[in-house]
Amino acid sequence: MALLQIAEPGQSAAPHEHRLAVGIDLGTTHSLVATVRHSLPECLPGEQCGILLPSIVRYLPDGSVAVGKEAAEHQATDSQNTIVSVKRFMGRGLDDLEAGARKQYDFVDAEGMVRINTRAGVKSPVEVSAEILKVLRQRAESRLGGELVGAVITVPAYFDDAQRQATKDAARLAGLNVLRLLNEPTAAAIAYGLDNETEGIYAVFDLGGGTFDFSVLKLSRGVFEVLATSGDAALGGDDFDQALATWLRAQGAADELSPEDARAVLVECRRVKEVLSRKDAEVASVALTNGSTLSAEVTRAQFEALTAKLVAKTLTPVRKALRDANLSVEDVHGVVLVGGATRMPQIREAVAQHFGDEPLTDIDPDKVVAIGAAIQANVLAGNRREEDDWLLLDVIPLSLGIETMGGLVEKIVTRNSTIPTAKAQEFTTYKDGQTAMAIHVVQGERELVRDCRSLGRFELRGIPPMAAGAARIRVTFQVDADGLLSVAARELSSGVEASIVVKPSYGLSDDEVAGMLRAGFEHADEDMRLRALREQQVEAQRMVESVQSALDVDGDLLDAPERAEIEAALAALSGLIAGNDGRAIKSALEGINKLTETFAARRMDKTIRAALAGQKLSDLKV
Amino acid sequence: MNASNAFGDYFALFGLPRRFAVDPTVLESAYLDVQAKIHPDRFSHMPENERRVAMQWASHANEGYRVLRRAVPRARYLLHLAGIDPQIESNTAMPADFLMRQMLLREAVEEAQDDADVEALDGLLRELRRDARAMEQQLAGDFDEHGDLIAATARVRQLMFLERLQEDIGSALETLEN
Ligand SMILES: Nc1ncnc2c1ncn2[C@@H]1O[C@H](COP(=O)(O)OP(=O)(O)O)[C@@H](O)[C@H]1O
Ligand SMILES: [Mg+2]
Repeated sequence: MALLQIAEPGQSAAPHEHRLAVGIDLGTTHSLVATVRHSLPECLPGEQCGILLPSIVRYLPDGSVAVGKEAAEHQATDSQNTIVSVKRFMGRGLDDLEAGARKQYDFVDAEGMVRINTRAGVKSPVEVSAEILKVLRQRAESRLGGELVGAVITVPAYFDDAQRQATKDAARLAGLNVLRLLNEPTAAAIAYGLDNETEGIYAVFDLGGGTFDFSVLKLSRGVFEVLATSGDAALGGDDFDQALATWLRAQGAADELSPEDARAVLVECRRVKEVLSRKDAEVASVALTNGSTLSAEVTRAQFEALTAKLVAKTLTPVRKALRDANLSVEDVHGVVLVGGATRMPQIREAVAQHFGDEPLTDIDPDKVVAIGAAIQANVLAGNRREEDDWLLLDVIPLSLGIETMGGLVEKIVTRNSTIPTAKAQEFTTYKDGQTAMAIHVVQGERELVRDCRSLGRFELRGIPPMAAGAARIRVTFQVDADGLLSVAARELSSGVEASIVVKPSYGLSDDEVAGMLRAGFEHADEDMRLRALREQQVEAQRMVESVQSALDVDGDLLDAPERAEIEAALAALSGLIAGNDGRAIKSALEGINKLTETFAARRMDKTIRAALAGQKLSDLKV
Repeated sequence: MNASNAFGDYFALFGLPRRFAVDPTVLESAYLDVQAKIHPDRFSHMPENERRVAMQWASHANEGYRVLRRAVPRARYLLHLAGIDPQIESNTAMPADFLMRQMLLREAVEEAQDDADVEALDGLLRELRRDARAMEQQLAGDFDEHGDLIAATARVRQLMFLERLQEDIGSALETLEN
């Protein structure tokens, strides 16, 4: 499917060097890591356990942290210090959680995101997730025998800005360089599409432990284009466990249970649910702490009746995504099933019935997301393989808007816009001499601000004083390829760049990350300084190589004094790389960045002109 | 030099003639070609600086594709290029027969909504789409054959009216399904 010919000046700086990069599926229930080795994607197993790492973190009395199976064994006996499904709390406030979930842990409400009180202190979901990511990073580094260049981390397509930012922060905290946040269904499509040389419109139906994602993608000419995505951030296999547990407790009149017993019931119900995917009946049996036993036989038919509503609930986002994409079920060539919960026969039947076709299941639904992420990580790290002549065009899942008069939302970027995307909006002052204004950015589809998620209040300062209505402030909302928002503003009549606070309140500042890292490591200062220095050196080396090759190819875009200035700065930077003054390297890097801005813009300009020329040629062929 | 000024208009960006009628497959293939060359993923291990420029170009191309792909934004863009503001908000004058039909349709939508009649709503949606397609044909005539921008402006406003109604049906369907 290598149909797109791509010329990339200056991209193959070091053709034979294989950079270690991984894809990580950071799941609600399970997490796993995959990589591309010898041109083949593979999932990496842990030392004793298999490929799937249960996404469970336990803070032990001795101050250590257990992750995975070891932690899972204590989820009933030490439930307050054993955090399961932490992904559900990422970027969420206490108000966002369902009433049931709110009682699960000793939650502390904090600005932007809940915290969990454990015996190891108050933990943010970001910190808990970072523990999972650290284990996967170590697993990868020991299996691959080297330090990772970076990772692609998957998120449900339906994650909003706060949840994405939290995921990225967790990765930073785990010492991972995030090459990209990738939507899980898109990752599945990459794994699937590249495997099968597929063309046409495909849907990805991903029912995991805690989230449901549905995406419609078009695969053509080596391009993965997401047409629409929808889902339910609070629907997954856990809800099926819950439904069964409610039933089981009603059978034994056990509505008052300790948190430990309640957890044990859930664990058992999950087991029974999974068994019912291959057997017609199973006995659920839980030994309670008071010595009694809660037990009942469940048939598959009973279980299906108990969960019929949940199954039906998955079809609402399915319809919505198809409508958004202006498609009907007949247009969909195949539905890819992803996530452990799609093993339930009633889900497969519902999908088959809705689409009039058996769903596709030939890739392991547990691995497919991590494999897709690994393939993209490999490309983004610069190890493009022969068959990697493809491009991914993803979309933003939720609309971005700003608050206007009366608490209403004005949409700026509508959902399913292809990313990256930028939208500009002009504002003016309403008072004479006004020098500041606040812009409240929200995310969601509803019309009222209070029904959407607040992303933060961005403050514009430094507007030159003018008469009311005279200032013209152009605010640009840029969503990058990770789906993350940044905001920039400029006053047009004076050209003043207004200073703005671009960081939303829920994101971690660099200081906070540094603080959390310090708390986690001994000799953290020295470690961090060395790590930072190493990163600066790598970045500087990369900069020297790429600017040099750019000068070789496109030197004619500069006049002599411009070129001389850049060459002098390059020579100075090269001189610094071997040394150990991280700060000097950093400032030299920043200097070159500024100095080559114009050069970079001209080269991009040249690139697009070439693209247009090529495109006219293909026009002739039509 | 400012990169975004070097783009030219969206038609130029995709190498298309500046006219209303656009072959969707030609537009799509032009768009994909442009993205294949400029998408930030093509420059993922280049310095931040150039990746940012690539991101801005890619954003611009995405916006251009969004505008040219569908009839209303494309028509409005053509009017904008010709220096005409279609006065979408302030000017609501429409031909009487058009308004009559719209009122009837709107009543039918409300009725179907009250009856929670998903099939009727789907049917109305199909009908409106047919109307909209016919109007797009006429717009192509206004712009490309007659160069009649006054007529085009009036028709764009009507087409937007139709789209608004389609959106309302969409959200009615969404509400019913939830
Ligand atoms: N054989 C099975 N039958 C039914 N459900 C299953 C089966 N295997 C796994 N599951 C369920 O799948 C869910 C986990 O899916 P997974 O894709 O790992 O989730 P996540 O992506 O959220 O980490 C759990 O609810 C688990 O009980
Ligand atoms: Mg998953």
